Amino acid sequence: MAEPILKVENLKKYFPLKRGLLDSLRGKPGKFVHAVDGVNFEIYKQQVFALVGESGCGKSTTGRLIVKLLEPTDGRIYLEGQDVTTITTKEEVLAYRRKVQMIFQDPFASLNPRFRIFDVLEEPLLIHGIGETRAEREELIYRALEMVKVTPPEDYISRFPHMLSGGQRQRVAIARALILNPEFIVADEPVSMLDVSIRAEILELMKELKEKMGVTYLYITHDMSTARYFADWMAVMYLGRIVEIGPAKRLIDNPLHPYTRALLAAVPEPKPERRNIIKELPIKGEVPSAVDIPSGCRFHPRCIYAQKGLCDVKQPQLIEYEHNHWAECHLVGKY
Amino acid sequence: MTKNVLEVKNLKMYYFTTKGVVKAVDDLTFNLKKGEVMGLAGESGCGKSSLGFTLMGMPTPPGKIVEGSIKIEGREIVGLPDDVLRKEIRWEKISMIFQGAMNALNPVYTVGYQMTEPLIYHKGMGEEEALDRAQRYLELVGLDPEIVYRYPHELSGGMKQRVVIAMALLMEPSVVIADEPTTALDVIVQAQIINLMKRLKKELGLSMIFITHDLSILAEISDRIAIMYAGKIVEIGDSEKVYYEPAHPYTQKLLAAIPRLHEDVDRLEFIPGQPPNLIEPPKGCRFHPRCPYVMQVCKEQEPELKEVDKDHYAACWLL
Repeated sequence: MAEPILKVENLKKYFPLKRGLLDSLRGKPGKFVHAVDGVNFEIYKQQVFALVGESGCGKSTTGRLIVKLLEPTDGRIYLEGQDVTTITTKEEVLAYRRKVQMIFQDPFASLNPRFRIFDVLEEPLLIHGIGETRAEREELIYRALEMVKVTPPEDYISRFPHMLSGGQRQRVAIARALILNPEFIVADEPVSMLDVSIRAEILELMKELKEKMGVTYLYITHDMSTARYFADWMAVMYLGRIVEIGPAKRLIDNPLHPYTRALLAAVPEPKPERRNIIKELPIKGEVPSAVDIPSGCRFHPRCIYAQKGLCDVKQPQLIEYEHNHWAECHLVGKY
Repeated sequence: MTKNVLEVKNLKMYYFTTKGVVKAVDDLTFNLKKGEVMGLAGESGCGKSSLGFTLMGMPTPPGKIVEGSIKIEGREIVGLPDDVLRKEIRWEKISMIFQGAMNALNPVYTVGYQMTEPLIYHKGMGEEEALDRAQRYLELVGLDPEIVYRYPHELSGGMKQRVVIAMALLMEPSVVIADEPTTALDVIVQAQIINLMKRLKKELGLSMIFITHDLSILAEISDRIAIMYAGKIVEIGDSEKVYYEPAHPYTQKLLAAIPRLHEDVDRLEFIPGQPPNLIEPPKGCRFHPRCPYVMQVCKEQEPELKEVDKDHYAACWLL
């Protein structure tokens, strides 16, 4: 297979917790939220890699680390073979961001309400010094709006975000990411705030842009169904670690990790004839805090198959169980 | 034939804003049978939550019930004075599970205090009796009764949602309205809450109106489904009928827009355009500007609900 466009190695991000005065005086060691705790994956060109998990599993933090909105505690991120965790100067970061852009979840919050659509889209051009004259920039802006089907552009460029619908706003946000012609886009729950009918429209648009412009996506979501539809690869995160990774369809049709099975069992399915059946959910308890991570396999307190003396003691390794399909569990095939 | 616990007839609730009259609930008629769960689905802004609050007899200002009737167990509640509504109807006869349980609880009171308050003031129960009842209901929704002594911030999202459900059941109402009860929750917690509601439906014979934008969740629990668009019910019928033989183009498109977990779909369908402004809804059928099958008559005359099959109605000129 070709070289990956993006490679993440042993990525970690710990957020320090505030210590009380008394604890600091006593010299108690500080505590950390282990948001991302040793994550590895590779993403290939023009593919969609979905990062799936519940809130608090570290999927958004991973996305933010990749666009360098956060600095990792440890680990490496490579874009086209170049280590980007070491770059620090403004120019280097700017050059990196031109290649790697982000789409945020909430189109109501991600667009400046005082900016007209023209200004929203001109800002990245000005920051990156693209387009000498206003006319040149205008042309780029028109082209970007046409690409995301906010047409005719001249009707929209002087509007403010509040004059657009949710779907249109999200399309403007996508245009803002695309206008720099990036190679890689981190899309953090780009459709979860939108209505069902519009959700499909935005996913279709992102798919089309992938084909047309050759962009690669990291698609962060909690929704397994859209991930199956949109993504080529999928990784399931739990408490800061990837517990299963593989081709999206294969992972859904043949989940290896008990957590993935529980997630899949929980997805509501539009089958009304089954409405009186109470679903069995192969999971117990609630997500523990990311401060005090459970020993051994971090899923063991919730796992219905956990074996005493093994799962609560020994940290499992990510192992390839079938071609390209990896899971981090001691009991794959044994439960 | 089972009895209707709720009968809604020609209900209209409009918001009187400075920009004009928003026709959020426009001429709705439907019944809810005892022990039945009716799902109410539609996009944001279609009036589904407005309907929920209207049924509670408390349309959000500047909303007012303009016309129509709401009968709960035969008793008309439209036009009742507010203190009667408060004392005899709300929570006693009809209760609501609110959207976003995180914000539905008061952070400065214990769970027990919030739960017993209505029992003490409404029913004149003693503190101990009320607390006992609250604990019984907490147990019913799968919580440790000891959490009456806890504050909301000490509970997880799923636990708070369970408390809110217990509160809605506390006075044994005839009808419960659940307004997006699982929207802010994670997938697994959502499935647990749906399971709980299925169990309550079975054990208590709950009559419920379940409001959500997510058609997959509705299929998990509803016996009947009503699809709302721009303030109107465009299709209503048994769940199986609506899911497998949708009659209205809007319902068909909505169902085609859901990605399925275990099926390969080449392209998701979507509905171009956006829901209309309810101050000046389109003439004729309100869906006509977005409908792929639009005809001349659709632009001029409004279609009425027609029976397409037994107990399955849709409002469309194509039928």
